[in-house]
Amino acid sequence: MPDPTLNSYLMLSAVLFAIGTAGIFLRRNLITILLSIEIMLNAVNLTFVAVDRYLGATDGQIIVFFVMTVAAAEAAVGLALVIALFRHKATLSPDAFTTLKW
Amino acid sequence: MPSPETLAQLGVIGFTFFMLLNSAAVLVYMERKVAAFVQQRYGPYLVGPRGLLQPLADIIKLMFKEELRPKAADPLLFYAAPILSAIAAFAAFSVVPFGADTDFFGLLDRKIPLAPADVNVGLLVIFAVTSMGVYGIVLAGWSSNSKYSLLGGLRSSAQMISYEISYGLSFATVIMLAGSLSLGDIVDQQAGTWFGFLPKWYLFLQPVGFLIFLIAGVAETNRAPFDFPEAEQELVAGYHTEYSSMSFALFFLAEYVNMVTVSAVATDLFLGGWHGPWLPEYLGWIWFLAKVGFLLFFYIWMRWTLPRYRYDQLMEFGWKWLLPIAVINLLVTAFAVAWWGF
Amino acid sequence: MDAMLFWVLATIAVTASLLVIAQRNPMYSVLLLIVSFAALSGLYVLLQAPFVAVIQIIIYAGAIMVLFLFVVMLLNIPTEEPTLERRWATGAGPRRFGAVLSAVLAAELYWAISSIQKTDLPAGVPETTVKDIGVRLFSEYSFAFELTSVLILVAMVGSIIIARKEPPRDHA
Repeated sequence: MPDPTLNSYLMLSAVLFAIGTAGIFLRRNLITILLSIEIMLNAVNLTFVAVDRYLGATDGQIIVFFVMTVAAAEAAVGLALVIALFRHKATLSPDAFTTLKW
Repeated sequence: MPSPETLAQLGVIGFTFFMLLNSAAVLVYMERKVAAFVQQRYGPYLVGPRGLLQPLADIIKLMFKEELRPKAADPLLFYAAPILSAIAAFAAFSVVPFGADTDFFGLLDRKIPLAPADVNVGLLVIFAVTSMGVYGIVLAGWSSNSKYSLLGGLRSSAQMISYEISYGLSFATVIMLAGSLSLGDIVDQQAGTWFGFLPKWYLFLQPVGFLIFLIAGVAETNRAPFDFPEAEQELVAGYHTEYSSMSFALFFLAEYVNMVTVSAVATDLFLGGWHGPWLPEYLGWIWFLAKVGFLLFFYIWMRWTLPRYRYDQLMEFGWKWLLPIAVINLLVTAFAVAWWGF
Repeated sequence: MDAMLFWVLATIAVTASLLVIAQRNPMYSVLLLIVSFAALSGLYVLLQAPFVAVIQIIIYAGAIMVLFLFVVMLLNIPTEEPTLERRWATGAGPRRFGAVLSAVLAAELYWAISSIQKTDLPAGVPETTVKDIGVRLFSEYSFAFELTSVLILVAMVGSIIIARKEPPRDHA
């Protein structure tokens, strides 16, 4: 079994990113859309750390630290929005919110 | 054929696992006896000499009980929850060293740490695995599909994540003093004495930190006086209402092993681990056991002495008192380390 | 040994992520995503980045996912309902188009990555200690660090305000 190269890590990251994108297009549930966004952010994190390992630097890992923090903030605000929307219309399908009326 | 060091390490891992299981049994007995003496009665004394075989009887009883599951409960999550709790409890102990590095009296070529694994980021691993322990409780509460369980599960997990922050801040101060995240290094920094008699434990440098760690640890393990979520008088039995037989035993086991982990980590961080007077280095684990035993006794003593906090009092205490004190403690320690070079 | 671990963890991560987007029950989706994060954490350890691996578990699996789980439990979200009447956005056609777009993205990325020559990871790289990261974080990246603390404060205050119930209106 061949050792993993930088290409294999980048490939894995690309596959995860594509899965996240597919999730955003295909799912009609706000929570799952947020989860797909988290998958994409994780794929990006993996890219950063893999290239970091290749270059022997630590900048990538620090960027990952910031990406995680921003993802946490974004998840918190996103979920607050989901709660507010659900409280208003009792559904989690994004199609219920297509008109700009509240 | 793997090297003798690898085999010895595997042996240490197996031994630790075995001893954790035994410690849960010992704790069952200790809890009932201490509770009995606090309440001026005898406690178990029929089964075996002085009731020492009582835990065995308890385990056999639990094994023979019927395994019930409510019809509307989600089967996968219902059975996965106690397993998850137990896994997190055992995994947290995997980076805690309980003795000095040893080469088993020359049988091995080099010394191995007496811990299942002594990684460089050990303290963070404990924190990470403790955060994962929340899931067992949340899933138990949710999957039982019963209102007592759901409320108990939600309250319990909210309590655990609130006290995690103070928990983390209190050991951030120890990290600053020791300059390392590895528990083995932290214990080694606490060897020796000042003025010949005062041991160099971080307890004396960080008394506030030790208190915060213990309080947060008790809240993390859902023990009294912070055990509102599983209090019998309030919520039937909280998140493990619907569980019986071995699933319940797994929750029980997870709670006791969590207690042992918190005590062991407190011993390593603040009480000098396995260092102590009068005993040679390779018998240091006796001191470790004594210190952990004392902390466990303290845990049990607290449960049967103090009244329970109400849930809102508990949350207010965690956020409005413990967290600011932990932050101030961190700032003061940071100043002390930066200016006086501790 | 390393190679086998990589393939095992990569398979777990990809399968779990696929199941996340394929599952109907949102509770299972969240739990499967936690599994995926744990696999990624293992991959970070393989990449000699133990600090990132541990904070992945602490932040993502231990905090963000607990938040998701609480929201799923408290809102008692039912398993996904069938599509609503607005066929132009949710019908089979547009969804298939979305799936095709994602497949196109995957194909493009595959082409881009396979045109890089095969680069091996240098062997014998020591694992990045927390000290290295700490030193760089607080010297070169200190401004970004302070900004993230402001960001987290803003996010906390914002999410509390957005999610709270309407305060009772004052009676004039």
